[in-house]
Amino acid sequence: MDLAFISKYAQLYAQAAKLTVILAAAGIALSLVIGLVCSLIRYYRLPLLKSLARAYIEMSRNTPLMIQLFFLYYGLPRAGLRLESVTCAIIGLAFLGGGYMAEAFRGGLEAVSRVQVEAGLSVGLSRPQLVRYVILPQAFAVAVPAITANTIFLMKETSVFSIIALADLVYVFKDLVREGHSNENNLLLVLFYLIIILPVSLFFAYLERRVRRAGFGA
Amino acid sequence: MLDSALNVFRQGRNLARLMEGLWVTLEISAVSVLLSMLLGIVVGLLMTTRKPLWRAAARLYLELVRFVPILVLLYIFYYTLSRNWGINLEAKIVAVLVFTLWGTAEMADLVRGAATSLPAHQRESGRAIGLTESQINRYVIIPQAVRRLIPGVINLTTRMIKTTPFVFFINVPELTKVGQQIVEVAGMKNYMASFWVYAFIFFIYFAVCYPISRFSGFLEKKWEN
Amino acid sequence: MSTAQPVLRIRDLHKKYDRLEVLHGISLDVPRGRVLVVIGPSGCGKSTLLRCINGLEAIESGDIELNGESISSGKTRWNLVRQKIGMVFQSYDLFPHMTVMGNILLGPLKAQGRDRREVTREAEQLLDRVGLLDRKDSYPRQLSGGQKQRVAIVRALCMNPEIMLFDEVTASLDPEMVREVLDVMLGLAERGMTMLIVTHEMAFARAVADKIIFMDQGVIVESAPPNVFFENPVSDRARRFLNIFQFDGVKKEEQPHVES
Repeated sequence: MDLAFISKYAQLYAQAAKLTVILAAAGIALSLVIGLVCSLIRYYRLPLLKSLARAYIEMSRNTPLMIQLFFLYYGLPRAGLRLESVTCAIIGLAFLGGGYMAEAFRGGLEAVSRVQVEAGLSVGLSRPQLVRYVILPQAFAVAVPAITANTIFLMKETSVFSIIALADLVYVFKDLVREGHSNENNLLLVLFYLIIILPVSLFFAYLERRVRRAGFGA
Repeated sequence: MLDSALNVFRQGRNLARLMEGLWVTLEISAVSVLLSMLLGIVVGLLMTTRKPLWRAAARLYLELVRFVPILVLLYIFYYTLSRNWGINLEAKIVAVLVFTLWGTAEMADLVRGAATSLPAHQRESGRAIGLTESQINRYVIIPQAVRRLIPGVINLTTRMIKTTPFVFFINVPELTKVGQQIVEVAGMKNYMASFWVYAFIFFIYFAVCYPISRFSGFLEKKWEN
Repeated sequence: MSTAQPVLRIRDLHKKYDRLEVLHGISLDVPRGRVLVVIGPSGCGKSTLLRCINGLEAIESGDIELNGESISSGKTRWNLVRQKIGMVFQSYDLFPHMTVMGNILLGPLKAQGRDRREVTREAEQLLDRVGLLDRKDSYPRQLSGGQKQRVAIVRALCMNPEIMLFDEVTASLDPEMVREVLDVMLGLAERGMTMLIVTHEMAFARAVADKIIFMDQGVIVESAPPNVFFENPVSDRARRFLNIFQFDGVKKEEQPHVES
């Protein structure tokens, strides 16, 4: 094991990991918002909007992130819309994730029974209050495992960001490969992905336990 | 504007090349899915056995493969195999190898889920009407497990197809790579080339994956009970 | 019928599901402090009637007035009206993600915007009255069916409703839990709560009602004080309906009867 290599380049990887985490956090947060809005539109069957939401969800779920990014970064500027690579990365991840998160929330919303809605109405809650206090907390609890899976999936998807000229972990790896391939380089790449993904996974495992203990739906 | 679009695809063999790229994409996906299914059933059944060592080994494999991005696996295998061990596999083979490694983990988890979600009384009621264990497996357990499995397997297929653009990174001439090559050449003369080519590829992926997703959704609904 | 304005007045109410007419011109008054019990065979429309009153079902025609104000015009602000109508359902409808106290406080705090301290005190008094004060921090899943229904009643009461609607609240309970819920309702009647009750518990109906409303096939067939209705029903349909319970009654002779 070449410790000199590791200590020399760990700093480079750490910087790349920081960029990945920031982009992933922004993209995933946005995708949660998009997903929630789309699922509520479909839950309330808002005319026109529900068809748009449906079309968007199908598009985002049935196309690869790489192609979405290629189009955003290399295609759109030719049509007059030039976006920075950071913006592209966040928009791309949010576009992809929004569809997945919408399906996760939809599963949760569908699990909230009709009686719960009526019970909420009969204590005089308004529609927004009903959503806020009765429907969403229960829907969210049901949706947590799907949200977890989506979040891990989206974090892994960030690995393609180097195609739009972002200095992420894969970019650093490729850079170092040019000077000669080594096991240490492999190790650093895997290690840094585990460092950013494992805590997220542990956090969600904790969250899942918490919601299950609350015993929603019992 | 539309003229520019038509030109890109009419020029030379561009459209034919894209279709050849699509073929490579589908080929890699299909082979990987088939191999993943076979190996995944084995690993998945290992996870349901009572032997703790086997279960732990399968679990470790599954978690590791699922936490590391597929692109990372792809790179590491590609470079390690060729540069460290001198094994010069065709990039396409490396791709199938890595996708199968990942697909097997996903498939194993599906198999484990399907096998453990069947209520115990299914087996018991089979015994109660005098079936042998193998008859119970054949007529009661496997048909139900397969129904639970199939939507997930179809879903895995679309995920596999959407993962294939990663082989772009190791220079396999699939749809995305071909697209990029066309853009590089045509882009010099045709300003809008990249816009149209990538939009077209986006549409192709959608046209391939959407029907498959719908089919899976249809089966899921049909077999709900 | 008293000359004072009734809490609830329904005139010629019609309700259809697609083509099927389930309520066919229902008219009734619920005077303040009175208890009306609606009985009738399954599918006679009695549950639908309650759901229409609370705006959970849209009506085709007719008029519903609460304290003299129509609540069946298109402009009704249902969330305000529902604060004055307490409703308890057959299925346990407690919010599973909130404690007993959380369930009770939600409406008063969020819908009525009342003071937390005041409502909490009231909720504790009500819980004490139904014998569940020690369960105020429990979650619904930790309660028995009878306890859940008692909490559901308290949740509705805590809104200080003008009238309480009960939709077969004991129908999915185990027999030994029915009594504890009915006792709570009897207690409410004694305290002068205005109530409209749909039930299959005939002995209870007789004990609690000021008036029995017998419905069949979407119309009110008979409406009379309980002793008159149960001793001398006028219509054939009511006699036939009561006969079913008579037969049951022979077999259940050993069981305690609810006394008023």
